[in-house]
Amino acid sequence: MADIDLTKADPKFKKDLAAQPGGEKIMACFTCRTCTASCPVSAVNSRFNPYRIIRMALYGLKEEVLQSDFIWLCSSCYACQERCPQGVSITDFMTLLKNMAIREGHAPSGIRAQRDLIKGQGRIYAIDEFDNKKRNKIDLPSLPTSCEVVKVLFPES
Amino acid sequence: MKYALFLGCTIPARSRQYELSARKVARKLGIELVDEEKFICCGFPVKSSDLKSAMVLGAYNIALAEKRGLDLCALCSSCTSALTEVAHHLAHDEEAKAEVNESLSRVGLTYDKGTKVRHFARVLYEEVGMEELKKHFTRSLEGLRVATHYGCHYLKPSEIYENFDQVEDPHTLDEMVALTGAAVVDYANKKRCCGGPVLPVDEKTSLAVAKEKLDDIVEAGANAINLVCPFCSVMYDSNQKGIETAFNASYNIPVLYLTQILGLAMGMDRKELGLNMNVVKTKEALAKYAGGE
Repeated sequence: MADIDLTKADPKFKKDLAAQPGGEKIMACFTCRTCTASCPVSAVNSRFNPYRIIRMALYGLKEEVLQSDFIWLCSSCYACQERCPQGVSITDFMTLLKNMAIREGHAPSGIRAQRDLIKGQGRIYAIDEFDNKKRNKIDLPSLPTSCEVVKVLFPES
Repeated sequence: MKYALFLGCTIPARSRQYELSARKVARKLGIELVDEEKFICCGFPVKSSDLKSAMVLGAYNIALAEKRGLDLCALCSSCTSALTEVAHHLAHDEEAKAEVNESLSRVGLTYDKGTKVRHFARVLYEEVGMEELKKHFTRSLEGLRVATHYGCHYLKPSEIYENFDQVEDPHTLDEMVALTGAAVVDYANKKRCCGGPVLPVDEKTSLAVAKEKLDDIVEAGANAINLVCPFCSVMYDSNQKGIETAFNASYNIPVLYLTQILGLAMGMDRKELGLNMNVVKTKEALAKYAGGE
């Protein structure tokens, strides 16, 4: 990984984060790295390192963090959050970073596709007549094959 | 005992054996599961992109159950955590509740007090209880060596779950599996995630996370895996063959839902429990216990 370039830093970023759900206690991080040691993703892929992401965010490396592909590697398993001795809601913090990244136009295509599917049809896997046939065959009840209510719930999308 | 059954997206489309076996076990225990066909996605998959929309989705489903005066019972751990989180959050945040109700008013619903959300396994452990559960067992699963996988969202974040189990030393699933006469096998990294949520982003990393656990489980001498979440099942059952190929490994270990294991102990046959629908073949490992096809 390249060296951190502090000339790109945005000193307001950490305050912005601390004002949003998931970021409240981020400044309490004292770099013990319990999060990284507990992380099942870090164990197999060193590109994901929660301790380093928190540091980068606190240094104000906003663009580098929000444009990164590594924030999307968080599996939201909460292992880090449960163990953080400083009470940082690390998993919720990763969710906050992902939400901000999306608002700035960065997101892996798989994540966008998931969101669009759900806001369009109400579920990840739409149920069709064939599914209902398979369900009925083993005495499971039919499910609706279309969903209008999501369009009313989310008129903007 | 009566609950609104929350199936979510994955189970009715991809894990029908879980739904089937859960309904069978519930009926046997006298738990009434009420179907609500207006339920939609729990919101979990939208959390990473848009937390506010995820909350509206969760609140919509809870409000439907509330309208019927029923507590929610979910089979999927991610649905359980997403819905429980919304219920927890809205119980403490009037402003967020008002905002959510603005969206819900468009579909004629109101979120008032909400309703309690529980995973089906939690209902079995807490509401049915071990003694009552055991009364319905007619067959011992002695000889089966089971590795229990708790996954993440069945237990976490712990602050929303009232300590019904212990995150760092969980026991509820182990106790229920042990009750059947099966041996519960301890293994390294038992509390680790399946890697499922990373699948749409980075398949290689996701499968590598799942592989670590399969290695540990097989090394500990287990001959079956027990789990309570369809996402985890996608990783260990549906993707087991792919992991074997990608990492040049060999597991061939059946992956059973808790409800399939309990159903076996209740004397149900393979077809009743959908054991013929599991991806990794279960017939040989379970030949001693389950008849029929």
